[in-house]
Amino acid sequence: MDMLQIIDEGGTLVSPDLLPGDETLLALYRAMRRIRHFDERAVVLHRQGRMGVYPPYGGMEASQAGTTFALTHDDWLLPTYRDTGAALTYGLPIAQVVLYWRTSPHGWAMPEGLKVLPFYIPIATQYPHAVGCALAERMQGRSNVAMAFIGDGGSSEGDFHEALNFAGALSAPCVFILQNNGWAISVPTSAQTKAVNLSKRADGYGIPGVRVDGNDIVAVYHATREAVERARRGEGPTLIETVTYRVKPHTVSDDPGRYRTEDLTKEWLTKDPVVRLRAFLTSRGTWSDEHEAALVQEITDEFEAAVLEADSYGEPTPSEIVDHVFATPTPALSEQRALLLEEYGA
Amino acid sequence: MTLTAQKTQTMTMVAAINDALKLALSRDEKVCVFGEDVGVMGGVFRATDGLQAQFGPARVFDTPLAEAGIVGMGVGLGLAGMRPVAEIQFAGFLYPALDQILSHVGRYRHRTRGRFSVPMVVRAPYGGGVHTPEQHADSPEAILAHTPGVKVVIPSTPSDAKGLLLAAIEDPDPVFFFEAIKLYRSVKEEVPEGYFTTPLGKARTVREGDDVTVICYGGMVEVCTKAADAAREHDISVEVIDLRTLVPMDKDAVLASVRKTGRAVIVTEAPRTAGFHSEIAAVIAEEALDSLLAPVVRVTGFDAPYPPFTSVEDTYRPNPARVARAIKSVLDY
Repeated sequence: MDMLQIIDEGGTLVSPDLLPGDETLLALYRAMRRIRHFDERAVVLHRQGRMGVYPPYGGMEASQAGTTFALTHDDWLLPTYRDTGAALTYGLPIAQVVLYWRTSPHGWAMPEGLKVLPFYIPIATQYPHAVGCALAERMQGRSNVAMAFIGDGGSSEGDFHEALNFAGALSAPCVFILQNNGWAISVPTSAQTKAVNLSKRADGYGIPGVRVDGNDIVAVYHATREAVERARRGEGPTLIETVTYRVKPHTVSDDPGRYRTEDLTKEWLTKDPVVRLRAFLTSRGTWSDEHEAALVQEITDEFEAAVLEADSYGEPTPSEIVDHVFATPTPALSEQRALLLEEYGA
Repeated sequence: MTLTAQKTQTMTMVAAINDALKLALSRDEKVCVFGEDVGVMGGVFRATDGLQAQFGPARVFDTPLAEAGIVGMGVGLGLAGMRPVAEIQFAGFLYPALDQILSHVGRYRHRTRGRFSVPMVVRAPYGGGVHTPEQHADSPEAILAHTPGVKVVIPSTPSDAKGLLLAAIEDPDPVFFFEAIKLYRSVKEEVPEGYFTTPLGKARTVREGDDVTVICYGGMVEVCTKAADAAREHDISVEVIDLRTLVPMDKDAVLASVRKTGRAVIVTEAPRTAGFHSEIAAVIAEEALDSLLAPVVRVTGFDAPYPPFTSVEDTYRPNPARVARAIKSVLDY
């Protein structure tokens, strides 16, 4: 395959020169294992009626954690609805993400100090925003970068192409992550586009395109870190295609049985990113069942505490419907707020 | 008007806009100006003339030709601390950017509960009367006014253009600033020198009168003023209200005038159905019905694309004669 790989499907090291130190490997494993736990528990919370519609990313943990791991909190993260794993790795609190998918306004107000923008629902629309965020950093004399995510379907949108062209022409310090996870809901990539190597789309805009095994977190991290450093040096944007697979349904409301057979999904399960790195670490003697048990206990406790925290937030009041439209409400909005208070109370 | 300057200078509207941009760029280093042809060329109407030479290509720059990209990049610039002022070459070319506007520009503050906002200004020439090619004369202000979270400003004089544009750039929320192409160079006025702002949401009484209120904005103010002056020769006293901003709308000024005169004519060059004029008519119906001596009358364009056919353009676009007929109709009711 024409793509960067450092540890192969069987957990064997294929690019020894590119392997980071054990500390980084363990941190990458922890990040990936942590967001897998979140993803599994989020689906359960949904089934319990304690979370709304949720789009799982199971199988794509390497693509989400490996990319975001290359950022600092001074960099911008522009995730889609499926990229809660990326946001969690960047530093968004678990309770915040739970509240977001509970449709609580408390989940919408991203915390001060984190430059993470709220999950984008329309496809690829945040790619131009990333160009603007990146240029704004440069204009203010800083070397921070902006990282934006889409899926393979997102690369069909006009905004994807406009943003790549803008970023190239204006040399914006952007890292565009294209998670090729095989499906745009029911439409396979083969029906989405005639292109088979989406990273080559970068060629049309005069920017580097990198194709990486999206289930090999070490390779994903290596490619992303290089792109981030390149952007920081003022050398412009990079498009990174992470080749992965959405093992899970599009959302908890989706039935993938209507559009795909299980054969391909089963094949991808043999490439599981979490299993792969664990096998590699175990083979090196840096990971054990005891380590795993301790880690699972730690992230379970963290998750349960976060859910309790999320539970402590109250429901919004009707008048919040018209809050935060403008910095200062227009007379029309003030009237409408008064009407809401009159008809529904606080 | 917050006036800090006393001296004035005779200016066209396009010169006043250029002056405002220059002052904003000088005053706040977060302000940046970008769009198609705004750099070296200074804009197709020269509204950004000389700005790149003075402030450099990092702050005043040409972009690739893509409206969604321009507006979408502006969103990011605004989110990350700049004060972006984007130019869309013609308001009729805003349509490719409507997804960005409806999905993001208008809802950023709301969808982050105030954590992030987009203090962006999008300037766009609009309207007819100068025989432009197809799609260069559209009046899409109602689409924007119907979009929650964005403000809509449409000046009708050089002084207002300057003061309102500076207020728009200072505003913490996104503002669409439509500039009537017809007025760019046809009107000259004494414009105060130096920095001043004209508050958004305050209408201007252009002519005071007692018999009928004519409500208008932008390119129609000149037309309505001519109709009012002509009516005076027939002893009809017309009050002309220039809204200046559609969002926020100065409802109080509209209602006070209609309550005084008892009659309302609303004039716009936008298509007729579901335009902003209909909103004004609805507000009058809801809150000043008891004062009305005649039904509210709208003078508008037609529910058809703005015609690029020179010989009939002035039939599409309301002219003083049509406004005069509407004034007569509410007086004769």
